[in-house]
Amino acid sequence: MNSLTVGVLLSRVRVEEKLLLEELERRGIATKVLDDRELVLTLEKKPELGVDVVLERCIQHSRALYALSVLETWGIPTVNSFEVADICGNKLLTTMRLIRDGVPSPRTRLAFTPEAALAAVEDLGYPAVLKPLVGSWGRLISKVNDRDAAESILEHKDVLGTYIHSIYYVQEYIPKPGRDIRAFVVGDETIGAIYRYSDHWITNTARGGKATKCEVTPELNELCVRAARAVGGGVVAIDLLEAPEGLLVNEVNYTMEFRNSIDTTGVNIPGRVVDYALQLATPA
Amino acid sequence: MPATSKCPECDADLSVGADAVKGEIVSCPDCGAELEVTGTAPVALALAPEAEEDWGE
Repeated sequence: MNSLTVGVLLSRVRVEEKLLLEELERRGIATKVLDDRELVLTLEKKPELGVDVVLERCIQHSRALYALSVLETWGIPTVNSFEVADICGNKLLTTMRLIRDGVPSPRTRLAFTPEAALAAVEDLGYPAVLKPLVGSWGRLISKVNDRDAAESILEHKDVLGTYIHSIYYVQEYIPKPGRDIRAFVVGDETIGAIYRYSDHWITNTARGGKATKCEVTPELNELCVRAARAVGGGVVAIDLLEAPEGLLVNEVNYTMEFRNSIDTTGVNIPGRVVDYALQLATPA
Repeated sequence: MPATSKCPECDADLSVGADAVKGEIVSCPDCGAELEVTGTAPVALALAPEAEEDWGE
């Protein structure tokens, strides 16, 4: 019998959170749900949460990030770490870690004014992709097919967006075979992967993409584990593109969604996440 | 036994599974609204919060 108590920090109980809570219950592990809307964290002393480890499942990046900062500072083990949340929550920081560690990723440019961003787009060539630094589910990602579109999108970002939308992250467009790969890494292992198919150039399953199983080859495993380590390790989902020159790591997600991937991969993903959290909570 | 409740958006009758937990999100089969289970005994439903800028995985 495990005497540990697992805290699950969440905003809402979506399918993923429910699967994690059910996994914990099935194993008879004491669980405490920490609703981020009701949470008050003391900063100057260790928060008395009565938990040995916290599984962070907030929907909002900012809440996750700040809560993890407090918990980690006070020595409460968390999945994931503050560092991983900080890096993965920001596409630029993620890209720089991938580049630092030699993990192949699409060519990317950073610019701070619409004029410089236009030059960056023209340098990469059309089509190019403009992405917000923070954000997910494929929202506000633009495929820029020509100069007219580039000027229009950049003006919209400049005039209508908050300041963060005026940090321009411009990426080469990777023509892909109607699909991309989403791989799940827990610790030092790629536990499963899926192909995400879509007729749309954005293949996110949150946007209606369809999933089939992708075999985890030694090459895929090695690349994904390297990408995971580059951002600080833990439990992450890696998005990869099949470029003509080989696999490219596109993004790394730190609060992964896996509802469409358990049956597809045949892997008990919530079980593996719980294993990892328990391992983290158990002193070596 | 699933519990029944009313959709706060369209007033349709909808049933919530016996294993529902507080904070869980369900969809109204009639109007498609995303609803949050705010209580389980008895079942209470409220409109789920709208997505915000930094929402996502």
